[in-house]
Amino acid sequence: MDAVLRVNQAVVVVATRHIILVTVVFFFPWKVFAAVLPEDRADVLFHSYEGGGVEISGPSVLVRKQSSTNTSIVANYYVDMVTSASIDVVTTASKYEEEREEKSIGIDYLHGKSKMSLSYKMSDENDFDAKSAHFNISQDMFGDLTTVTLGYSRGWDVVGKRNDTTFAFDTNRQSYRIGLSQVLTKNLITGISFDTITDEGYLNNPYRTVRYIDGGVSRGYSYQAEVYPNTRTSTALAFRAKYFLPYRAAVHGEVRVYQDDWGITAQDFEVGYTHPLGEHWIFDARVRAYSQTKADFYSDLFPGQNAQNFLARDKELSTFTTMTLGASVSYEFLKGGWSFIDRASVNFAYDLIQFDYSDFRDLRTVGTVGEEPLYSYSANVIQFFVSIWY
Amino acid sequence: MRYLTLLVIVFFLGACSSIEPWVKPYERANLADPIMSFSRDPVSSSYVSHVYEAREGGRGAEGESGGGCGCN
Repeated sequence: MDAVLRVNQAVVVVATRHIILVTVVFFFPWKVFAAVLPEDRADVLFHSYEGGGVEISGPSVLVRKQSSTNTSIVANYYVDMVTSASIDVVTTASKYEEEREEKSIGIDYLHGKSKMSLSYKMSDENDFDAKSAHFNISQDMFGDLTTVTLGYSRGWDVVGKRNDTTFAFDTNRQSYRIGLSQVLTKNLITGISFDTITDEGYLNNPYRTVRYIDGGVSRGYSYQAEVYPNTRTSTALAFRAKYFLPYRAAVHGEVRVYQDDWGITAQDFEVGYTHPLGEHWIFDARVRAYSQTKADFYSDLFPGQNAQNFLARDKELSTFTTMTLGASVSYEFLKGGWSFIDRASVNFAYDLIQFDYSDFRDLRTVGTVGEEPLYSYSANVIQFFVSIWY
Repeated sequence: MRYLTLLVIVFFLGACSSIEPWVKPYERANLADPIMSFSRDPVSSSYVSHVYEAREGGRGAEGESGGGCGCN
């Protein structure tokens, strides 16, 4: 009898929530799809990445607060604490530890159906300093079913080198973005975004080397410093869609294609599923596949010293694939409010990423030069965060 | 040719009239559900974008990220 009563109560609660939601949407439709400022919220996240001999962890704190009826301020503090004994480090250098600290602040301004966002970001580590400014403007149109966004970013980096205070080179970055979000049906929203990024300056990693065949040494190869072009321009195009299923759940899909003037082409595909359970729980599952071709000047083993004008053996520029399996769970609480808090959630996410390289070899294994086993590894990515809305 | 020109003019003039929203405001309850957001938790989306951008050659047309990568 108690069980029947509990089921009836649950049905009434769910039905009441739907009636309230539909009523809000009916009487205040502009609150749902007209341009709005993001919600006031604060998030405290702990992140951890472990894989390929690299451990990176740290906090990220994001706070957003509406400062007037049409402006909202956002600030983020993020830290990467890095311990690296990656394959590059193990084979050509020694294990190191470092810390990267990133701070950003931004403001959103709402004017009618337009929203403008301006932000500034600073990133500091002992051998790399990056500053960037970002501007976006979006406009809702066609009955608020369509949102067009234009964006521009400018970045200024200074690349340094540990134990060498005289080493300092500049890199300037620019990014141009255009996006379109479109409601297609009452259950389907889609988006398309296009991004062009151009870099100019010192694009090398000052610690990385390439290897070349050297008959004069016993192991059969030697190393020399990488040499990259001083410019790089890339374009990326992404399509996204999200569909609301009949039983309050959602599926999403994303496809992105990429190419740059270093000869790299890439594609990635992602599908995901979101399933709320009861009033408090939301579960997510996702699969992502990524593949890319190598840069024109990449080689695992060059035929000799200074074999060509540009030289790279960075595995990020090689031919490889990644496959990600991920899941998240969120528990929402204080939904009735408490003190200044409207609601809160605690969240956990885990992603397993498998990296498989097609032309980057594992030099920890001694073998015939150029025929060492291909490198692969898996990484565990963990996020734990608490969010409050106020 | 005159008919074609007329057709093109009518087509572009039609674009000047207001488009009737085919999903009415009262039909948007499902789209307004938080589970339909492309980025439900920006602090998490930003971190995930950074994880991929630091290790993959592809970049752009995703959530914002930046700075160094600590990925040597």
